[in-house]
Amino acid sequence: MNSERLRHLVSASDLDAPAATRILDAAEAFFEVSRRPIRKVPTLRGKTVINCFFEASTRTRTSFELAGKRLGADVVNMAGSSSSTTKGETLKDTVATLDAMHADVIVVRHGASGAAHYVAQRSRAAVVNAGDGMHEHPTQALLDAFTIRKRVGRIDGLRVTIVGDIQHSRVARSNAILLTRLGASVCVAGPRTMLPCPADSLGVRAFDRLEPALEGADVVMMLRIQRERLGAALFPSLREYSKVYGLSTARLALAKPDAIVMHPGPMNRGVEISDEVADGPRSVVLDQVEAGVAVRMAVLYVCASEPEASLTDVTG
Amino acid sequence: MQVVLDAEAVQRGLRRVAGQIVERSHGLSDVVLIGIRRGGEPIADALAHWLLELEGQTVPRGSVDITLYRDDTATALANPKIGPSQVPGSLQNKVVILCDDVVFTGRTVRAAIDALMDYGRPRRIELAALVERSGRELPIVPDYSVIKLDLEPEDRVEVLDDALGLRALVHSTGARSVVPSFI
Repeated sequence: MNSERLRHLVSASDLDAPAATRILDAAEAFFEVSRRPIRKVPTLRGKTVINCFFEASTRTRTSFELAGKRLGADVVNMAGSSSSTTKGETLKDTVATLDAMHADVIVVRHGASGAAHYVAQRSRAAVVNAGDGMHEHPTQALLDAFTIRKRVGRIDGLRVTIVGDIQHSRVARSNAILLTRLGASVCVAGPRTMLPCPADSLGVRAFDRLEPALEGADVVMMLRIQRERLGAALFPSLREYSKVYGLSTARLALAKPDAIVMHPGPMNRGVEISDEVADGPRSVVLDQVEAGVAVRMAVLYVCASEPEASLTDVTG
Repeated sequence: MQVVLDAEAVQRGLRRVAGQIVERSHGLSDVVLIGIRRGGEPIADALAHWLLELEGQTVPRGSVDITLYRDDTATALANPKIGPSQVPGSLQNKVVILCDDVVFTGRTVRAAIDALMDYGRPRRIELAALVERSGRELPIVPDYSVIKLDLEPEDRVEVLDDALGLRALVHSTGARSVVPSFI
């Protein structure tokens, strides 16, 4: 068994199938912790986790904060707008400063692709990527995998369709990598202006129409139209996007009868997903949020442990 | 290798322990059996069986995983898989019989007690072990045990739970044989 320690989690490709499965298995135990009367264990007592968010985020930051606190770590939040970066400090100096404070884990969210990698190379602390530009968001992929496994019972052999702005989505990239490694067959769909170029560069099938991509899907993952990241107009209007690529009850009928619907949030209701689908029985959006804390506890647990401690089985 | 408890001796001993539990608790109201994963689970199961036999009452059973409460999480050589704890309801005001196969350093029991406290405030926690061996590193003493063994630190106690039933063996480094003291 691969016993190599996971030091940083920058990309979903840092995890091979056994390593990802170990994190998902550990997350099951942490899931149970979150449902206890006292939602706290002393595992990371005395460790320091610094949440370093240079980009707006509510659910990811809150989720990492709760994860750290439920493990007994000291969690410090540093928001980009309130930090020295607005006073002109470079990312390099910020990292050196945090490092000098003896952080054990630095959780980074940054608008620039590659920022987490940059920090990981310059820091003694373990670095967890909480989203870097248009690159990756590995803990989102892990929590999606966890939710699928919990709802469907497996990942291997499932057909997963990811819909939306694939090209600019770190969620789509990390999910395509991770779910493929775990044995799912992933395809993506969206307007051509939002598909990767060449279309198969993610290593998955791409469709420029929604309907053929939905046929036979076990999991439909809708992405948020990121209005803040769209400099130039990639489609005529939100109304037109919704008409062609929005997930309605009628369109969802093309997928398998028991297909589940996912969304990383926050949802643009009436744009990529209709109210009826978002609040319907097949939506697992809130399961994803609950899974987020458990999965991030598992990731912090692995990254903050000393070198010898990994999730390797004793027999492994 | 020496068999210190064969399947029959284990069950006979656990039946006695079950009787002592009933005696001390004046019945079985509020009694909950919790096995420490994973060696303690068959002990809790066997005690539940004997309690049913003695009192005609089914006692709630659960298990607790101590991985997250270990005092060596940071340096453990290879961290075993974390298993889910299954505690039947709140432990508020219950009498918890914590069950383990072997009590050695006492560190596992310490971790298990901490874990249990996160499920409520039990009225009392008692400790039942199949084998109570020497080598305690913490002030912990079982309330009930089937056998006491005075062993060298490097000796190893193995508890088997297979088709032949629960048995306890001692792997001793020296040639001497172990004299078990039945309680």
